[in-house]
Parts: sequence; C-alpha cells; structure tokens
Amino acid sequence: MRKIRQTLLASLAIAVVALPSAVKAEPKVEVLHWWTSGGESKAVKSLMDEFKSNGGTWVDMPVAGGGGDAAMTALKARVLSGNPPTAVQLKGPSIQEWAEEGALGDLNDVGTAEKWDAVLPVQIANVMKYKGRYVATPVNVHRVDWLWANPKVLAKAGVSMPATWDEFNAAADKLKAMGITPLAHGGQSWQDATVFETVVLGLGGNDFYKKALMDLDMKALNSPTMVKVFDQMRRLRGYVDANFSGRDWNLATAMVMKGEAAFQIMGDWAKSDFLAAGKKPGSDFLCAPTPGSKGYLFSIDSFAMFNVKGADNLAGQKLLAKLIVGEEFQKTFNLIKGSVPARLGVPMGEFEYCAHKSTYDMEATSQVGGLLPSYAHGMALRGAQVGAITDVVTKHFNSDMSSADATKALAEAVELSM
Amino acid sequence: MTVGRWLLFIVLGIFVAYFLTPLYVMVITSLKSLDDIRMGGMMSLPTEITFDPWIKAWNSACVGIQCEGLNGYFWNSVKIAVPAVLISTILGALNGYVLTKWRFRGADIVFALMLFGCFIPFQVVLMPMARMLGFLGVAGTIPGLVLVHVVYGIGFATLFFRNYYVTIPDELVKAATIDGAGFFTIFWRIMLPLSVPIIVVTVIWQFTQIWNDFLFGVSFSAGGGQPITVALNNIVNSSTGVKEYNLDMAAAMIVGLPTFLVYVFAGRYFIRGLTAGSVKG
Amino acid sequence: MLRWLQNNLPRIVLAPSLVAVAVFVYGFIIWTAYVSMTSSKLLPRYDFAGLLQYEKLWSMPRWYVALENLFVFSGLFIFFCMALGLLLAIMLDQRIRLEGALRTIYLYPMALSFVVTGTAWKWILNPGLGVEKMVRDLGFESFEFNWLVDPDMAIYTIVIAGVWQSSGFVMAMFLAGLRSIDSEIIKAAHMDGASLPRIYLGIIIPSMSPVFFSTFVVLGHLAIKSFDLIVVLTGGGPGYATDMPATFMYAMAFQRGRIGISAASATIMLMTVMAVVVPYLYSELRKKDND
Repeated sequence: MRKIRQTLLASLAIAVVALPSAVKAEPKVEVLHWWTSGGESKAVKSLMDEFKSNGGTWVDMPVAGGGGDAAMTALKARVLSGNPPTAVQLKGPSIQEWAEEGALGDLNDVGTAEKWDAVLPVQIANVMKYKGRYVATPVNVHRVDWLWANPKVLAKAGVSMPATWDEFNAAADKLKAMGITPLAHGGQSWQDATVFETVVLGLGGNDFYKKALMDLDMKALNSPTMVKVFDQMRRLRGYVDANFSGRDWNLATAMVMKGEAAFQIMGDWAKSDFLAAGKKPGSDFLCAPTPGSKGYLFSIDSFAMFNVKGADNLAGQKLLAKLIVGEEFQKTFNLIKGSVPARLGVPMGEFEYCAHKSTYDMEATSQVGGLLPSYAHGMALRGAQVGAITDVVTKHFNSDMSSADATKALAEAVELSM
Repeated sequence: MTVGRWLLFIVLGIFVAYFLTPLYVMVITSLKSLDDIRMGGMMSLPTEITFDPWIKAWNSACVGIQCEGLNGYFWNSVKIAVPAVLISTILGALNGYVLTKWRFRGADIVFALMLFGCFIPFQVVLMPMARMLGFLGVAGTIPGLVLVHVVYGIGFATLFFRNYYVTIPDELVKAATIDGAGFFTIFWRIMLPLSVPIIVVTVIWQFTQIWNDFLFGVSFSAGGGQPITVALNNIVNSSTGVKEYNLDMAAAMIVGLPTFLVYVFAGRYFIRGLTAGSVKG
Repeated sequence: MLRWLQNNLPRIVLAPSLVAVAVFVYGFIIWTAYVSMTSSKLLPRYDFAGLLQYEKLWSMPRWYVALENLFVFSGLFIFFCMALGLLLAIMLDQRIRLEGALRTIYLYPMALSFVVTGTAWKWILNPGLGVEKMVRDLGFESFEFNWLVDPDMAIYTIVIAGVWQSSGFVMAMFLAGLRSIDSEIIKAAHMDGASLPRIYLGIIIPSMSPVFFSTFVVLGHLAIKSFDLIVVLTGGGPGYATDMPATFMYAMAFQRGRIGISAASATIMLMTVMAVVVPYLYSELRKKDND
C-alpha cells in the first residue's frame, strides 16, 4: 500500500519536474528554532519579514527551553518520522553529525550562484560544509569570551576592568567586602561551562585551549594547568550570590544593569539585552575580553537545511538560504542580536563600540591562531564530549570536589565519551 | 466540640495551607502589575488588581515570533484531547466488557499485557513512535497525536472498566442472553447505563493525562499544530531582562483551567466512581 | 460465516486494542532492547555491538547519581504520599461538614500539570524569593531554607513538590477504600467498646490491603516515570545532583546523541518497572482465579 503510494508520488514528482511549463512553486519553509526571548525573536522576525516580502510562506515552529534541548527532541522525532522541518537552528559539529546521517539537503547551487566562497571567511565556511558541499547557512558570529561590567559599580569600588584573573580576583574581593555581588551568574550547566572555557583560555592560553578542549589531548586535560583552572572556578563560586541556582542568563545580565552585581561573563547576546534596555556602551556598561584572553572564542549561529520533498519546500529552502547570507539580513539581524555578521562586506556604520571591537579582534586573533571555536556553545566538540566535560565542570562548581579530583574526573569522562 | 475535634480541624487546616499555597501564589501574582511584584513579597496581596496579564496571555503574548497568545494553541489541545479521550474511553469500556463478561481462554493474560502498557516510561517510546508515525503517514499531525494518546490510554481505561465490571453480577448478562440479546445489545442496554461512575473516572483521568502532556506534544507536532503546553513552555522560557512573572502565571493558569474545572465539578463523582469498583482488587 | 463472526465477536472487539498494545508497547520494548546492543549515536543504527553500551553506562558517575536518586526519591515519595494520603482520608472520613471543599483542595494538584504548578514551586523554594525571604522579612534573619540550591538537599525539594502533587490522589483512593467497607462491621466493633484508633488500626486498615497495593503500584510507577517534576524544578541540577533515570535517558538520547547508552538505561529502567509490576499482576490474577 505504502509502496504503491510512494511509487505514485515519485512518478508524479518526475512528471512535475519534467514539465517545463509547470507552475512555479510558491516558496514555503517551516523553521524550527529556539529564539523565543525578546531580542532574539525580534531578530528572527526580521528574517521572516524578508522571506514573506519575497513571496514566501513561513511556518514558525518555536520550541524554547534548555538552550535548544527541547527543540532537539522535536527535531529527532521529526527526522525519524520522515517529516523534517525545512530549516533548523543548528550549529557547529552537530551540522556534521546530522549530515553524516544523511539528513541534510544540498545548497551548493545557491552557494555558487551567490559566491559564498568569496564572502564567507574560510573558518566559517568550513563549518557550513559537509564533504565540500554547503549544507547550512551562517547567520552571525558571537564572541563568547566577553566580560561585562557596570562602570558605576566599578567606580564606587575603585576598581578597573581586570586584564588578568589575578586582577579579577583582587577586584572581586574588594567588591565582596563592600557587599556587592562580584559576579552575576546563573547556575545552569551551560553557563557554568561558559565561565569554565574562558578560564581555560585565560589561564592556559590559546594553545592549551586548543589541546584541552578541541583535540581532547589527555596530557592537557590531566595537567597542573587544569588544576589551576579548577582552583579559579572554586574561587569564582565564592563570588556569586546565594540565589544563582537555575537563574536565566538574562536575569543575571539584569543584575549588572541594576548595579546589584559588578561583572558577568557571557557571550555578546548579553549586549542585546543591555541595548534593548536603552543602555549605552561606555557609560552604562563596559565590555572587554575575559581576563587573560589572547584569543577569540566564537560561536556561529546557523540554519541547517534538511532533506525535504516537494517543489514548494525546496524553493523555500533555496530562497531562505539566499536571504540569510545576504548583506541586508546580516546587518539587520546582527544589530538586534548583539553579534557581528558572518559574511564580509557588511557596512558596519550602524554598529556600536563592542561590535567594532569584536570585528577587529576577530581579524587580529585569526592571524595569530587565536580564533577558536567555543566548547560550551557546541562549536568545538560533539554533543557526547561536550556533555561529558560539562557534567564534570558543573559537578565541581556545585559541590566541594577538590581541583585535583575534578581534573582526574575530567580526563576519565572524556575518555569514556569517545 | 471536643478537643479531638479541634485538633482534627487544625491539622486539616494546616494541610489546606500546604495544598493551597502554590495556587494562591499563582493567582495573586497573575493579578499584580510588574511593579507590584517587585515591591511586595510573594504572599502579599496586589495593591491594585489587573487582568491585563490574563488578556495578554490569551491574545497577545509572544510564542516565538507570533504574538497571538495562547488562544490558537488552546483549540489545538481541544482537538487533540476530545477525540483521544472519547476513543480511549470507548475502547476501554469494550475491552473491560469482553474481559469480564465474555471471558475466553487467555483473557487474563491479555489483560495483564494491556496493563503493563500503563507502566512504560514515555521517554522510551519517543523514537520508535516517531518512526511508526512516519510509516503510517500521520507524523506531525493532530490525528497522529490522537493516535499516540489513545494507544497509551488503553491500559488505564481497560483497567478501570474491567475492575468495575467485575463487580456487576454475571447473571444480568446471562439472563439477557437467554432472552436472545446479542453482544452489542447487552453492552448498550445493560452495561452502559450502569457505567456512569466509571465513565466519569476514566474521562477525568484520560482528560487530565492528555491535556497536560508535554513530551508527546513537543515531539510529534509540527509548526502551527502544537498543543497548549508547548506554547506555555515557550512563553515561560521567553524573557527579555525583565521576567514577566505575572504573564507566566496567568498563562499557566489558563493552561490549567480546563482540568482544574473538571476536578472541581466532577471531583465528587471521581471518589464515587473509585468507591464503586476500581480500587477493589 | 455469520455464526463464526458471532462466536468470535468478543475477540474481534478486543483485537484492535491488543494489536495496538503489541506493537506500541511490546514492539517498542524489543526495539529499545535491540538498539541498546548497537553502536547508535545520533540516530538509531542497526549493527551489533554487544554489551558495549552497558559497560559505558555503568562507568558513568552520573548514572549512579541517577539511580541513587531514584531510590531515595521513590522511597520517600511513596512513604510520605501513603502516610499523608491515609491520614487525610481518615480525617475526612470523620463526617466533616466541609468534606466536599476539602477534598477538592487536596485533589486539585493532580489535575494540573507540573509544567503549570512548577513555576510557583520554583519560586516558593527559591531562597531569594520564597519561603526563606518571607521568614527573614518577618525578622528571623538567620532562618535558612536553601535546599533547592544545595546539591545534597535538592532531591528533597523534589520530594516535597512530588508529595504535594500526588498525595491528594492517594487520599481519594483510600477514601474510596474506607467508604466501601461494610459499615456493619464497624458498628459492631463500636458496640463492643473498641476505641476509634483501635477500630482503624485493628479492623479497617488491614481490610484495605488491596487498596494499599494498588496505591503502591500507582505511586511506584509515578516515581519511576517522574520527569516533569525534575525538569521544571531543578533541571537536574545543581550540577546533576537531582538527575533521575528518566531525565538521564532523555538527556542521553536527545541532547547528547548517545542513543545506545540511552537505550541501555531504558532497558534497565524497564526491567525495574517489570520487577515492580509483575508480582502485582500475578497476585491480581491469582486472586481472580480464586473468586
């Protein structure tokens, strides 16, 4: 029965393709994403509006919660049932994982027509390709290793933006003595992981980061430097307030805005919240690379295009891909989202100080091999390894585990996840 | 009143507080303005009652990109829950009837097999179920979700009806058979009229389970057809700097309202139905 | 033909349900057991990898935490639900005037999904917003109630919320049990001069053993399945201190792309469920034969 139907459908499809005079299909997309909070959803909406004004139909499928965990459940169920969404918010190596399973479509013709190879930096293009063919489109580049601060609070305590972790600790002790929470933090495992990777980068340097969190080199994972990293994590635990458990990142950002806390370590999506609240960089909030950072941890948001059937869906997919990499969208989207464009040649006139700094540092660090993928945001490793490392990091941060034990547990967990 | 009686009321009162506190917090928070929430404590009464959060949650709260509130998703849930409850209740009644009044060899084993279906953790079935729905061609549709809920509702529905029908004397059925009544006639004329309490129990149980489901809803629905619990999750997890607690609470109340009302109005029949049979071994 | 149809009508009526259960319950269990012996990662694969996934599973510290939590949680959850449910049922059985209203109050948490009520609970248990702050505002500065953020205590906050959600239903079952006991027996005992506690302990409670058993099974399966509670209240945290098998296998399958390990843990979970349910079914059916 099913066979018959499939054969019928297939022959029908051939007939449609074979008829050159066939009516042009209306482009249609169903987009699975978890950008539901204010700034983010406004950013996606700009994409929807552009898509619609190009004659397409947009079916929105938002699934919020847990940094995309619920959305991944929905995605897996949809793919297994043979009915995947057209485009899905996916990133980093998970694009490769899905491509290996044969679940992704092919965008090479759009890529060639739009000259993506020329406008996308090669590190970014590589993430979007599987076996040399484009399967996904980049939306933006986030920098993860940012330290945000409230200048008024810093002035009151007489401290300045710290350049090293020692300076940070000194400043934090001073703030704490004054009764101000030094570090605004939310106790969710991905936030613990975000702080962890910036400490790894700051204390260990670019090469150490690469060995430990990209190559999963056992010697680096099980090294005295890693023990020092965990020591610093333990110190940071003392700098957060008592109610940090389970707090969302944007509520931690709000603490800095209101002056309840001095610093926050968070990617530049935090900036979109500062800007949305009408705060000005320089006078209301400060941005700087996290202490000791000589690199640039990037996280690229992207949409992967799944294997869909039907002329309308395919047309929609191609149109969407073309629009996403287009200059216009990259500008509007990133102005709202706080990140910087993933493609070259977007006029940066309307962006503010932190975005300029981000663009400048990206260029500068890439020349010294410091442009590194973020582990905490799924750019460096696959899900299994990310999870294994995060389990240890969050366990250590939320208990009285010693740094030496944590280092050992880290190496063991990574080995197991292979 | 004796001392014992007083003690009794005090203890009952303490538990009333334990059970009502979360509801109280939800209700008053949903009626406060954001400023009011910031100023006052968790338990303090609103200085001024506002229904804006409720109205916003229903028509204009943002669920992802679309800011149309819970309204459309509410009807999605109705379209899923109503047929699923009806079908699983009917199947449960028929199964219970066969398993008690038309017993055949192996009937007990069949019942045991069905009952075990109640105990399977739903996380286990997500993936094979996705494959199956795709195979049947109902993936991402409301009929697909109805199917899922019916399948996993059969166990409990059968359990309820079977335990209830055991208490109805077999003589009734035998007498009717002698009078020449057939299988369905007996079911329709004799069993169903006696089944009101247990139908109430089953409908309440199934409706609560299906309406409150999130896991199946998030996995097996497509854009536009998501049930209300998924929309609630999106609203609660969406925030910009300021968390709109009043909106979250109002949205949560709207989602819970149908099942809450069912319990309030049919609760008495629920106990009666349970008394009438389902808890007797 | 017609005759055959008539003779087999009961079986035909039963057939669709039976087929559905065979495929959607037993078929899927077999599928899961099979996948647990493959090398599946992001999507199911159908090769054979022996017991590799089980070996990996049993060397993960997080799995042990999940199992330990399952025992701690189930034990406390079942005990407190039963105790509270029985207590409430007995108290409500004392011809209370407001019985209808009280019953509804105790029962309503069962009506609401924890996705709904969890928001309120999270707030009440949060030290900076809820009970702790309230008591401190009353002047008890040193009062502490920070279980939600304490890795050693967080699992108990889940028990508190879980008991809140389910004990009303247990009360309903016990109340129904109490009501179905023949009132003549109680009257007779009363005549003989037995005191009220004695009547309950000596006569009524022992005669409700089937109710206890059904309640135990219902609570047991709720405990094993508990998922919403954890996801909403703690998200498995702090760290992974409140992880349970249901959340563990969900995380492995859908966040981590480790379907093999997930299936292995699911298989172990199913065996646990079977260990709980099969004795129940057995006794249930044997009773039937004795009728």
